[in-house]
Amino acid sequence: MSIHELMFYLFSGMILLFSVLTVTSRRILRAAVYLLFVLVSTAGIYFMLNYQFLAAVQLTLYAGGIVVLIIFSILLTSHISQKFEPLGVKKMVFSALAVAAGALLSIMTILDFGFDTVVTTSQNPDMELIGTSLLSYEKNGYVLPFEVISVLLLAAMVASIVIAKKEKSK
Amino acid sequence: MLSEIPLSYFLVVSTLMFFIGIYGFLTRKNLITILMAVELILNSVNINFVAFNRYLFPDQLEGHFFSLFIIAVAAAEAAVAIAIIISVYRRYSNIDVERVDTMKF
Amino acid sequence: MIDFSFTILIPLIPFILFLLLGLTSGKMKPVLSGYIGTLGLSVVTVLSYFTAYQYFFNREAGAGVFEKIIPFHTVWIHLTEKLHVDLGILLDPISVMMMVVITTVSLMVHIYSMGYMKGDKGFSRFYSFLSLFSFSMLGLVVAPNIFQMYIFWELVGVSSYLLISYYYEKPSAVSAGKKAFIVTRFADLGFLVGILTLSYISGTFDFVTLTDPQGALITQGTSLTFMGISALTWALTLIFMGGAGKSAMFPLHIWLPDAMEGPTPVSALIHAATMVVAGVYLVARLFPLYFFVAPDALTIVAYVGGFTSLFAAVIACTQTDIKRVLAFSTMSQIGYMMLALGVSGYGGEHGLGYMASMFHLFTHAMFKALLFLGAGAIIHAVHTNNMNEMGGLRKYLPITHITFLIACLTISGIPPFSGFFSKDEILVAAFESNRFLFFVEYAVAGITAFYMFRLYFNVFWGKSTHYHHTPHESPFTMTIPLMVLALASMFTGFIPFSDLVTSNGEAFTLHTNWLVAIPSVLIGMAGIALAWVFYKKETAIPDQLATTLSSPYKWSFNKFYIDEVYLFVTKKIIFDRVSEPIAWFDRHVVDASMNRIAWVTNLASDQIKGLQSGQLQKYGFIFISGVIILTFTFVYFLFN
Repeated sequence: MSIHELMFYLFSGMILLFSVLTVTSRRILRAAVYLLFVLVSTAGIYFMLNYQFLAAVQLTLYAGGIVVLIIFSILLTSHISQKFEPLGVKKMVFSALAVAAGALLSIMTILDFGFDTVVTTSQNPDMELIGTSLLSYEKNGYVLPFEVISVLLLAAMVASIVIAKKEKSK
Repeated sequence: MLSEIPLSYFLVVSTLMFFIGIYGFLTRKNLITILMAVELILNSVNINFVAFNRYLFPDQLEGHFFSLFIIAVAAAEAAVAIAIIISVYRRYSNIDVERVDTMKF
Repeated sequence: MIDFSFTILIPLIPFILFLLLGLTSGKMKPVLSGYIGTLGLSVVTVLSYFTAYQYFFNREAGAGVFEKIIPFHTVWIHLTEKLHVDLGILLDPISVMMMVVITTVSLMVHIYSMGYMKGDKGFSRFYSFLSLFSFSMLGLVVAPNIFQMYIFWELVGVSSYLLISYYYEKPSAVSAGKKAFIVTRFADLGFLVGILTLSYISGTFDFVTLTDPQGALITQGTSLTFMGISALTWALTLIFMGGAGKSAMFPLHIWLPDAMEGPTPVSALIHAATMVVAGVYLVARLFPLYFFVAPDALTIVAYVGGFTSLFAAVIACTQTDIKRVLAFSTMSQIGYMMLALGVSGYGGEHGLGYMASMFHLFTHAMFKALLFLGAGAIIHAVHTNNMNEMGGLRKYLPITHITFLIACLTISGIPPFSGFFSKDEILVAAFESNRFLFFVEYAVAGITAFYMFRLYFNVFWGKSTHYHHTPHESPFTMTIPLMVLALASMFTGFIPFSDLVTSNGEAFTLHTNWLVAIPSVLIGMAGIALAWVFYKKETAIPDQLATTLSSPYKWSFNKFYIDEVYLFVTKKIIFDRVSEPIAWFDRHVVDASMNRIAWVTNLASDQIKGLQSGQLQKYGFIFISGVIILTFTFVYFLFN
């Protein structure tokens, strides 16, 4: 078993385990922490695939930003000690059935399909390439989505301020 | 070497993660945990993109950049979603998705 | 010849007055708007008199034929190279003559209304409508093409409608206005179809081109036929239908008696002197066409005119509302004019009927306006329209009495008043071409004299009725127009019309035909004498006669039940037999099916609205299950 395989199985296992825990844990803060583990393991997968920049973004933005945001909002809206009610059996069974069917269907389809994989030296895109690609308007340039994303972020920022701010007392 | 792991393994993992996310979306009552399930779904998609990029078109960066943009959108989405959740909390004093049913007939 | 381009002001000034008075109505003192309207119209009158003088008298000696002058002309709607709708002014003998008639009567009515309408709350509105009417009527007579004429034709219809239903709080006035509008609109449908047919055949709307005796249309005619009759005959008959509607010819006359619901000055202006003769003017305008290419249509004109004159005269003998008597008298006199056109020839002495028709139009405008204004003065004094409630008024209303007498003598054709001359020419024209119609008109002349003097004796002589208020003579604003028009009625007969207004513009010498003139005067005298015996003093003769001739009397009194026939056709046949089933179908089939669809939709949505539970996760579950099932179906069944 090579180091790659080992890493893959480790990270996959962590992802699946903590994903399940995230959606089943009855304590909300723990769920958030499990989510953090999932995200970190995903970053590990990215490292393994040799995309260091993406992995770094995943760590800082997801693990560092979003999870912290979620935890803050949990603290704002819930009691830490609060435990969720156990799920209704009917709801759980039906959801699980649907999800299992879907997963089965997808996995069978994936395994049936022969991918035309290209085995190459897995080089790491360096920072310069990423940076010029993002700001390039040539072929394989991404300046338009980059700008769109920047506008979207601004809009989201304004929107969240407007939505969450306290209504003025009349 | 990387080639020892078939592409479909990554896809299986991401599929499972996706459906776990959906399970969470369907069963959780708390809006914040639903949001976490949605983050799981987004993440699984990201893994797909990255794996496809690496295995099928290694000399290009399209999947990579897609993942990057999805992360940005996810951040924006999370920010707005949390704003909405807080606003809902102010109005209803809880964030139970079953209680927020003003839009029914 | 001088430059006539100033004539554009003649229709334009009333239009500006209309806008001014209409827009300031209610903001300006009513009396002031009366003064402005009258002043503006007197300017127009002076202008048209000046035009007439320049056109008829200030020309080089021996200039021969009167030309057609177009001093102002602009293309309005450009359809094709040949076909375009123009606006402009056409001066020829009849349009100049009509201008004089319209402005004279209109000015008199303006002055008269200052007294008659005094204190009425719609005073400014009345004057603005009068201006609108003057504008439309002047635009109609100066129209150089048939399309402009049609536009103004409809405009006079509108102003007539507005003025008939002037007392819009009175239901009878409102329905009279609607009746007038609908009946004339119906006739105008024929007019429009006629215009379109005519322009389709000739490719032009222009009167000068259309009526040129050497022009292509008259020399070549058309090979188009419809039901075995030339398309041109159809077109001209349909155009005459429009004219008949406006001029209240049988059987489209039913609106005119009801139109008397309007204020009396309006009746004098619109429904006696000017608008109702528009039909005559229209036929005269297209006369060369009628004469050369559609003599059959001209025969129809003659017979319709002759029949209407007799028919209306008979009805007039039994009516008791003085304005209605005058309305039927108007119909009868317009019938005379139509008849004269119908029997006329073209050019020089052959065009005697044409000239007589125009002559009678001119004199009739004067004496009929006088009669109506006199009737207005009487109504003003005694506050009733019913002549049975009047009597012995000559002591109270001396000026009205004298002028009314003059008008009655004029319409009865007693020399030397103007009616004698014009009516005599018509009779001569009929005598020369159609003896049957000639004798009909003799009879009508007698009946006319009879019913006019029946009216006269009933109102001014007869029994001395007791009035609530002692009637008193009208103010000067009302009596002056009466006197002016009385003078006009007395002396306009001496105007040498045969030198001025003829079918082709060529002057000819008139010979008085004593063989026709003397019997006509005698018949008029006989009519007057009969009325004298019946009505001078209160006698039992009329009542006895009415009893002996009870059924003809009743028919005449009820206007030969024409209104009832129309009512029967529209209500019993069209409404009950046609419209009712259609309405039923609409309500019970069209509407009902729509209602049923709506009901089913409503029911179904009531059943399924429970699915909208507001539970986000239920929606999500259904959505995802659906996606999975669909994917499954696609992957394993459809694409394998």
